[in-house]
Amino acid sequence: MSLFDSSLSDFSQVSRTQPNAWHVDLPLLLGLLILAVTSMFVLYSSSGQNVDLLWRQAIRFSLAFVLMVALAQIHPDILKRWVLWVYVAGVILLIGVILFGDVGKGAQRWLNLGLFRFQPSEMMKLAVPMMVAWYLSEHSLPPDGKRIFIAFLIIITPVLLIAKQPDLGTALLIAGAGFFVLFFAGIGWRLIVTIVGIGAACAPIAWYLMHDYQRQRVITLLNPESDPLGAGYHIIQSKIAIGSGGLFGKGWLNGSQSQLNFLPERSTDFIFAAFAEEFGLLGVLVLLIVYLFILVRGILIAAQAQDTFTRLVAGGLIMTFFTYVFVNIGMVIGLLPVVGVPLPLISYGGTSIVTIMASFGILMAIHTNRKLLPR
Amino acid sequence: MRPHLTIKDHFRETKLFNFRAITSVLVSALLMVVIIARLIYLQVVDHELYATLSEDNRFHIRAIPPTRGLIYDRNGILLAQNFPTYALEITPERVKNIDETLQALAELITIDESDLSRFKRELKRNRPFKAIPIRTRLSDEEVARIAVNRHRFPGVDIAAELIRHYPHGGLGVHAIGYVGRINEKEKQLIDESDYDGTDYIGKTGIEKFYEDILHGHVGVAQEETNATGRRLRVIEQVPSEPGTNLRLTLDAKLQQVAEEALGDHRGSVVAIDPNNGNILTLTSTPVYDPNLFVTGIDRKTYQELRNSEDLPLFNRALRGRYPPGSTIKPFVALAGLELGVVKSEVSTHCPGWYRLPGDRHRYRDWKKQGHGAVDLDTAIVQSCDVYFYDLANTLGIDRLARFLFPFGFNYKTGTDIFGELAGLMPTAQWKRKNRGEPWYAGETLIAGIGQGYTLVTPLQLAHSTAIIATYGKRMKPRIVGALENANTGETKAIFPIEESSVTVQNKENWDKVLIAMERVVHFWRGTAYRAIGQDAPYKIGGKTGTAQVFSVKQDEEYDEEKVDERLRDHALFIAFAPVDAPKIAVAVIVENGGHGGSTAAPIARKVMDYYLLELEKMDFSESVAKKTS
Repeated sequence: MSLFDSSLSDFSQVSRTQPNAWHVDLPLLLGLLILAVTSMFVLYSSSGQNVDLLWRQAIRFSLAFVLMVALAQIHPDILKRWVLWVYVAGVILLIGVILFGDVGKGAQRWLNLGLFRFQPSEMMKLAVPMMVAWYLSEHSLPPDGKRIFIAFLIIITPVLLIAKQPDLGTALLIAGAGFFVLFFAGIGWRLIVTIVGIGAACAPIAWYLMHDYQRQRVITLLNPESDPLGAGYHIIQSKIAIGSGGLFGKGWLNGSQSQLNFLPERSTDFIFAAFAEEFGLLGVLVLLIVYLFILVRGILIAAQAQDTFTRLVAGGLIMTFFTYVFVNIGMVIGLLPVVGVPLPLISYGGTSIVTIMASFGILMAIHTNRKLLPR
Repeated sequence: MRPHLTIKDHFRETKLFNFRAITSVLVSALLMVVIIARLIYLQVVDHELYATLSEDNRFHIRAIPPTRGLIYDRNGILLAQNFPTYALEITPERVKNIDETLQALAELITIDESDLSRFKRELKRNRPFKAIPIRTRLSDEEVARIAVNRHRFPGVDIAAELIRHYPHGGLGVHAIGYVGRINEKEKQLIDESDYDGTDYIGKTGIEKFYEDILHGHVGVAQEETNATGRRLRVIEQVPSEPGTNLRLTLDAKLQQVAEEALGDHRGSVVAIDPNNGNILTLTSTPVYDPNLFVTGIDRKTYQELRNSEDLPLFNRALRGRYPPGSTIKPFVALAGLELGVVKSEVSTHCPGWYRLPGDRHRYRDWKKQGHGAVDLDTAIVQSCDVYFYDLANTLGIDRLARFLFPFGFNYKTGTDIFGELAGLMPTAQWKRKNRGEPWYAGETLIAGIGQGYTLVTPLQLAHSTAIIATYGKRMKPRIVGALENANTGETKAIFPIEESSVTVQNKENWDKVLIAMERVVHFWRGTAYRAIGQDAPYKIGGKTGTAQVFSVKQDEEYDEEKVDERLRDHALFIAFAPVDAPKIAVAVIVENGGHGGSTAAPIARKVMDYYLLELEKMDFSESVAKKTS
């Protein structure tokens, strides 16, 4: 522990928020609550006024909020102590998934632990950036070549295991999370450009390794009309929903695309289209502002963090969160291929809510412990 | 884990991090801008396009096919109705792999080759969103089997449809006709939008002639649907207008009597009410079941019908062109009298043959030994050929033809049943035009006895009989007597059409011909006396006829026994009754029936008996029953 960690942070001057009794960061909580309430409204409409579904989502939100608050109480040092073991356990579980996993929707992602089914890849969304942060924070930054290489191995191992399930979307997002930590650790721009370059060069190889349905998604992105009732259906109907929403939207419960089942996955991955149809461009702008607010708040928390580890963790987690937002919206508006990524905290579905709220719990813990020592 | 205690450059680290943090916020904001730009493009720039697409998604225009008009006989007996059945339809655009779907369906229900080939044909010429039937008339069990497996077959639907049904099968089929699937040729003739949702169209008979009013008018419903095409609500609806019901002049019971009277014979009976042209029966045997054609007949059955020697599909009543034989004689006699060629009281000698001056050819009489002295009355009553050879020869073909045209010879009657053909009454000019040869005098002779080129259809012959029976009153034969509005039940009678009458200079001439026709039946030497005249309870006027199918060579004997059944003469008979005030005029043709008197006349008698005796009795008893109840 260094005496000077937080006193030298520029951003620490900006925020003077005192840690409260619950260790909950109020601005962040406000942003998350807005998203949760929005989610309930959009789901009520997109599910066809399915109150049961709404209850289930509400219960998930409640549990996830409880988990977030619980995690906020844990001192980052404890996380730091545990992260290696969590990471190792995660890798073992991923191997277990490949050997014994349940098949769901054509991919092995679930591990049946008797009482409940569990997706180890979700856990790795938190464990990978934290592991990289822990490894890099042991030494002074920016990391040297050898450290970068080992960090790369830390990232690539679970990523390959997840890609093999196959769940390319999650694998890429986890790789991204690890990369963000490296980025915040200060790896050189030249290296960043090289990595991006290698990534681009690998595209043909990736194409070769892709499953048919994955290739189809890429083709669909490039030309949705090639198969209007098959693979392109999602994206065409999604664009129709968004475009027909216009500036002001069709109004809550009035989105014909989503109300009449034209829009597929309208409560899960494509919920953004349902939202855009009913609330229009203005509604979307408000939603994006909320996301941006959460992002900026997260970055501030990272900047004010007490030490290198927490700083990297906070930066990595908040950027991962934003990546989710961008990838999901990008997919729904036809900028990116269709990958199974939910819109954070709006889409229906438990796993992602829990993971995301857990990451915000960690962020809050980092923030509340930023000034362990007086300046 | 023990924390490392290395010296770190915290200031540099923090500065680096802050720089990176600002960079990532800026990049994120940039990505947000990209998203917003894209959204502006979708939601503002292209909003109109997507709004339209969205409406298209929601709203579908569905055609509501009209219910086809019903057909009743004169007494309200249903002859053509609409029967609810279930058909299996496939909407191509909603099916991923049509071949696989067809295969899977074939495991559930029987789909034979003809179903498949028809489906594939339709598939090619229809747009992909149009549902195409793969099977019609599903049984209840088949409907259930499909229903249970429906989830396996998106784009496959069971559609209820009304199918034309002829409850009495072949009864009156040659008058009523039938409907069948619309074919490519018909598609070009109809207003396709009016047939949206309708698969059937009148193919022949009344069904075709009255297609316009039987069909009705299509309705439309604008409906909101969901992605699977399920109807959610009807936004706007213009109901279809059902087709008009037809009340025929045809009497179904009389039709049955006529068909039974013809029995196994190939032939035709047409009966007309001379007072108004009402067609009472229009029979052509053998009959066939029109229900076979409605949803598409299978190849084998069709070939059987098509190739049958008896030609059941041939509409003899409207399209059968036969030599009238001696049935033409009353008309020729009237021509002779009116044009002053013969006098009723002057006799001609009949030696059994006739020879033209300067020609050695003997034109034979059917009675080898001859009729002796023959006046006009005897010539008709005993059907003397020689008398008419002479008459025709004196008259000449053109004068004869011109006199017979107004009686309907050579022309279509113009009745309201599809498919009528015209007969033929030759003239010298006709022969030059059509055969490129001059007219020979000998041809006039045989025209005088209804042989040679002269041809009539049974309908035209009945029409001509009705004209002669009523002293020239010409009522256009018609089979639809009234139109009934299917919605209101309001009935509108169609008035009979009277055409310009045939006029004569001397009505007595006409009397003489009609008296002779009466004597054909009631005088003991009349050709129809033994067959129908001796016990007739009412007065009948008639004329027998025998039409040669092949010509007998000069010195050959026509031996009925030896001649192949198919080469035997056609038997004809025309009649009207009661003579004083005719209520019915009948023409009977029995192919290869031999003699008109013995074969054809009894059939006419049965029809007249039923119409004049049974029906009136029944009408009476029915009205009594109504009064007493």
